[in-house]
Amino acid sequence: MLGNDAIARGLVESGCAIAASYPGTPASEILSSVVRWRNALALRLHAEWSVNEKVAFEIAYTGSLTGLRAAVSMKQVGLNVASDPLMSAAYMGVKGGFLVISADDPGPHSSQTEQDSRLMAMMAKIPVLDPSSPAHAMELVGLGYELSEAFEIPVMLRPTTRICHACQDILPGEIRPLSREADFRKFPDRWAATPKYRHVLHKELTQKLAAIAAWPRTAPVRVNPGTKAEKAVVASGIAAAHAQEILSESGLIDRVAFYRVVQPYPLHAEFIAHVLSSYEEILVLEETAGVIEMQMADRSRVRGKLSGTVPEAGELVPEIAERLIASFAGVAGGSVAPPAEGGGRRPTLCAGCPHRSSFYAIKKAAPKGIYPSDIGCYTLGLNLGGVDTVLCMGAAISQAAGFYQAYRLSGKQADIVATIGDSTFYHAGVPPLMDAVVQGARFVLVILDNSTTAMTGYQPTPGAGRGASGEPTTAVDMEGLVRACGVSYCKVGTPSRLPEFTALLKEALAASRAEGPAVVIAREPCVMDRAQAKRLPPRKHVYITEECNGCRYCTSQFECPALVYDEEGKRVEVDGLLCTGCGVCLHVCPIQAIKEQLPEGGSR
Amino acid sequence: MNGKNEAMPFPRQQIVLSGLGGQGVLFVSRLLAEAAIRKGEPVLTSETHGMAQRGGVVVSHLKVGGFASPLVRAGQADGLFVLSEENFPHHRAFLRPAGWAVVNARPGRKDEPRGAIHAIDADGLALSAGNGPAANLVLLGFALSRLGARDEGGLLFCTAEGVREALAERLGEKGSLLQASLDAVALGMLHGKR
Ligand code: SF4
Ligand code: SF4
Repeated sequence: MLGNDAIARGLVESGCAIAASYPGTPASEILSSVVRWRNALALRLHAEWSVNEKVAFEIAYTGSLTGLRAAVSMKQVGLNVASDPLMSAAYMGVKGGFLVISADDPGPHSSQTEQDSRLMAMMAKIPVLDPSSPAHAMELVGLGYELSEAFEIPVMLRPTTRICHACQDILPGEIRPLSREADFRKFPDRWAATPKYRHVLHKELTQKLAAIAAWPRTAPVRVNPGTKAEKAVVASGIAAAHAQEILSESGLIDRVAFYRVVQPYPLHAEFIAHVLSSYEEILVLEETAGVIEMQMADRSRVRGKLSGTVPEAGELVPEIAERLIASFAGVAGGSVAPPAEGGGRRPTLCAGCPHRSSFYAIKKAAPKGIYPSDIGCYTLGLNLGGVDTVLCMGAAISQAAGFYQAYRLSGKQADIVATIGDSTFYHAGVPPLMDAVVQGARFVLVILDNSTTAMTGYQPTPGAGRGASGEPTTAVDMEGLVRACGVSYCKVGTPSRLPEFTALLKEALAASRAEGPAVVIAREPCVMDRAQAKRLPPRKHVYITEECNGCRYCTSQFECPALVYDEEGKRVEVDGLLCTGCGVCLHVCPIQAIKEQLPEGGSR
Repeated sequence: MNGKNEAMPFPRQQIVLSGLGGQGVLFVSRLLAEAAIRKGEPVLTSETHGMAQRGGVVVSHLKVGGFASPLVRAGQADGLFVLSEENFPHHRAFLRPAGWAVVNARPGRKDEPRGAIHAIDADGLALSAGNGPAANLVLLGFALSRLGARDEGGLLFCTAEGVREALAERLGEKGSLLQASLDAVALGMLHGKR
């Protein structure tokens, strides 16, 4: 089972009834997997891809107020979006168990930051559990629900990429459906507390935390009891798994005490006192911040991130853990460096991806433009020179407005063309668009509408008209929404019709100069999304003629992976396996050496 | 601290699989994990998801036997499975000195003299068999017959039969796809024979 499947399995086994999420790597598969089990086992469970993490959080949290068990899952930067309800929910507490699953991405492999969600748990003052394997994650879901209900508090489960995307042989347990019914007991002093009563709630929260720091069930585990030792390694999460393997393989497990921390915050008070009084030196291994470490009252003998022993940025890969453990234990070893990440090839938009034509057209229509962009597959428009800024979800639009205002003050004009995906637009793009209309910011917004959340695995968007298991839902009308924000120029175009689409962008630029933000909806399905395969236009058979002079314009400026430069022949060839037949390259070659082979006997 | 694991009930195996997004690295690692589970061996894998799947470098780690961590450390892998030749210089750092590698390479690449690096043009073979996307399975078939199963005195933790069963389990409902996949494995095996 994939770590995320294990978490999902833990949820359905524990009787979770409300599950909401917004997709984001490495958390995306949790909700899809919950849906699969719900459907396979005919469970009574509401699962949804919400419009964003804040909404997902609030829906799941409210489910818990009615006494049902609930969970919200997201990636760590999603928790930033949901931090508003998180802080407040910690004060008010819960009724049914409520899990906040926030998946961190040390590295980062697929994120803007490698922030540590455990710090968010600390700030909100809620307990956080840190699994060290997929099986452990599954177990901690059940334990988390018990903890949540015992103290009426939201509980965070914080897996990392290496847990979410590790696969382990796990035998599923029994499904224990809860025979609970939604039953909201009104209690305005708590559920709608005024600042005065919030003070009381805060005091209660502090008491809960002190009690949780003594709850035996989540206390740190001594992995090698009985070993006499002067030094101790304390680790949590995947770092504990690395440490366990390295200590056992090297035999150090017989000489160094090893503790696995399950609940990094609040760290058990008795444990802190015990390790500080029992060992001469303590090495703390954790990702990504020094959360366990900072709770050690006296850090003079503690080695970790804050002491400068453990690198503060980047993934704590096993090679680094090995080096740290070896030097901590005073033995040789751990000198092998990890192979550098990534290697040669950079990611690129798929062959036939409509975003590629959109970026190409944008560069043609506004060659000197400023291009704010956003989070999704289309961030890869970077390779094409069509992306200048990427800040966070929805920021393309506010950044476009920000550029406009700054340039206006300096009396300068710039063509600003922002790009945002449909899912990202719904997620956080609507408020900045309203703002831009009100403030009269002049730019073109291209909404790359491929009707799916492609980057994270093709989850439906609010405009897709499908729910989490493909069932039909009401679809949001994107044009209507854009117009309702006050935008007067809003047109839909097909990016693969490159000449027409470029002309449309030029028209939009002219309109934006006159009347404020102009919106072009670039509507064409993602070529990888099987759910939309029927919407794809008919394939064109493209080939390269003898005229190709190897100028490499198409491979460098258009970068379709199906166009490959052949070093020996000194010309470009079409990779028949990768080519989707979108035909856009027909318009790209400056000397028309890319041609379409028309079907036998036919003109079209 | 390069540990020996004599105490383990069965010999463990660590394999790193490397390729580019879209080549089916994930599929092969899940298939091998399935084969391990069918043998009753504990297995841990680590996969690449997200941005890198769009044509970037994709690496899977596969650890069969009693392990705690899903990641293979540099210099510890028993084997390396390389679907994209250009990754090979980079990822060979995972191999332990006596480790083996199978590489999907352009025709003409020579096996290395030490005998542990085996090259085959899996892309070309798959294409000529009319099933281009199955180069991953051709390479897997090649590895199965070239290296042999440990049960039969070879190097791999699983047998060809184990892989076929895992394939049948994964693709059982899609009959034609299953047959094409089995054919691709068989094609690779044919070319793996010495
Ligand atoms: S998955 Fe879809 S949206 Fe993403 S790069 Fe590929 S074709 Fe484009
Ligand atoms: S038709 Fe041209 S642009 Fe489209 S996928 Fe094939 S090679 Fe790439």
